[in-house]
Amino acid sequence: MFDFLEGYDVLGAFWTTVKLTALSAVGSLILGTVLAAMRVSPVPLMRGFGTAYVNIVRNIPLTVIIVFSSLGLADIFGMTMGAPDDFKLQGFRLAVLSLVVYHAAFVCEALRSGINTVPVGQAEAARAIGLSFSQSLRLIVLPQAFRSVIVPLANVLIALTKNTTVAAAIGVAEAATLMKTMIENEAQTLAIAAVFALGFVVLTLPTGLILGWLGKRLAVKR
Amino acid sequence: MTSVLYDAPGPRAKRRNVIFSVGFFVLLALFLWWIWRTMDDKGQLKWSLWEPFTTSDAWTTYLLPGLANTLKAAALAMVIALPLGALFGIARLSDHRWVRAPAGVVVEFFRSIPVLLLMLFANELYVRSTDIPSEERPLYAVVTGLVLYNASVLAEVVRAGILALPKGQTEAAYAVGLRKGQTMTSILLPQAVTVMLPAIVGQLVVIVKDTALGGVLLTFPELLNSRSTLAANYANVIASFIVVAAIFIVLNFALTSFASWLEGRLRRGKKSTGAVLGADEVELNPAEVRGSFGTGADGAIR
Repeated sequence: MFDFLEGYDVLGAFWTTVKLTALSAVGSLILGTVLAAMRVSPVPLMRGFGTAYVNIVRNIPLTVIIVFSSLGLADIFGMTMGAPDDFKLQGFRLAVLSLVVYHAAFVCEALRSGINTVPVGQAEAARAIGLSFSQSLRLIVLPQAFRSVIVPLANVLIALTKNTTVAAAIGVAEAATLMKTMIENEAQTLAIAAVFALGFVVLTLPTGLILGWLGKRLAVKR
Repeated sequence: MTSVLYDAPGPRAKRRNVIFSVGFFVLLALFLWWIWRTMDDKGQLKWSLWEPFTTSDAWTTYLLPGLANTLKAAALAMVIALPLGALFGIARLSDHRWVRAPAGVVVEFFRSIPVLLLMLFANELYVRSTDIPSEERPLYAVVTGLVLYNASVLAEVVRAGILALPKGQTEAAYAVGLRKGQTMTSILLPQAVTVMLPAIVGQLVVIVKDTALGGVLLTFPELLNSRSTLAANYANVIASFIVVAAIFIVLNFALTSFASWLEGRLRRGKKSTGAVLGADEVELNPAEVRGSFGTGADGAIR
């Protein structure tokens, strides 16, 4: 019944999807946190930069960013991402870079909304006992903000998982690329689509459920 | 909200801020200078690469038709997805389990798979079982993919919008003798749609961005696809990317600004006690409506 799967490395393709997701998630969390800190900082220039970054990046289609990374960064500017001879690895790293750049903007916005949920009094109290901006952000505000944005961050993570398919545009061998090849070569369109759809449901549904449950448990009760 | 974290600066803080500003400015300037130098080194700043964009040819032959196709696909997808989404959103609120459960499964299913897979699949399906001409097919496939995904996102928005209305509205409607269907169509839905408007406009941004997928993988002649024809003609890859990205930014920024203006207006002029669904609730491309995934919005709309 599943003989159409023979000769195709479906698990391998999904493993690439998972790797893309995990690496990009870590990267965009770091960059997003830095951007969020910039957006709430007392230095106007940093605030301006953060705002500009978010508004520019999230209005460009991810497809444009990824295709640019391949045709622009790699081909014209010669950015090899540390893999000058291995084009597969290069494509993978470029895809991670693009996914990080794009999703950092959404992580930043999610975190900023979390910072807004921390009551004004807490920051005032932090200042009153003499904490500086970076101390009150690090010790008082961000820990609470992170706990209250687990669910929005989970949504970004789910979106990121699905968006890794865009890497198919530059030929990274992940799930969507394989599905495209398979439905073009095999007769069982519906069965193939069902397998890949199921793969993504398996990847995204537990993420949402677990992090949703965690978000409810860890949320600061006010 | 930003001022929560810091006081009005005193003399020391002012000095520190100046130092930080200067430091950041220097870093930023170095970065920009580095980009400029690299572009110059690779000969990307030559006027001949940018000149095409000052002529009407590049616009009328490539960019504007591409933009028109992008907007066409986005508009079609929105117009079809909206009623479909409303239908499924209402179905998910039904009192009957046999309506509620299948609608829930359909919505959750299409929300959890990538739009790209839906587009590729729709394309293949049209190849095999319909006689849509091959030059029309990409548009059909792109719109189908967008509709399936966005209808299920909008279904959640509609559901959240209806749930955000105060319970008293339904109770009052029943009290004056309206039936269930009447309550939905003449009391709840009109209010929910008003409340949802910013979220719906925000979703348009997501749709516009997703059309670009069809351009690369299904050769749908939208903006990003026209870019490659243009670059093939003038050999200006970088310049064409920058111009196309700028068009997307302007277009989507206008939509986002309109959505937040609408949101502010609705919040101010609001007569009911229900919440207003902001653009940010669905804006996360292709993320979900706020609320935990799988359980719906559980009334946590802020």
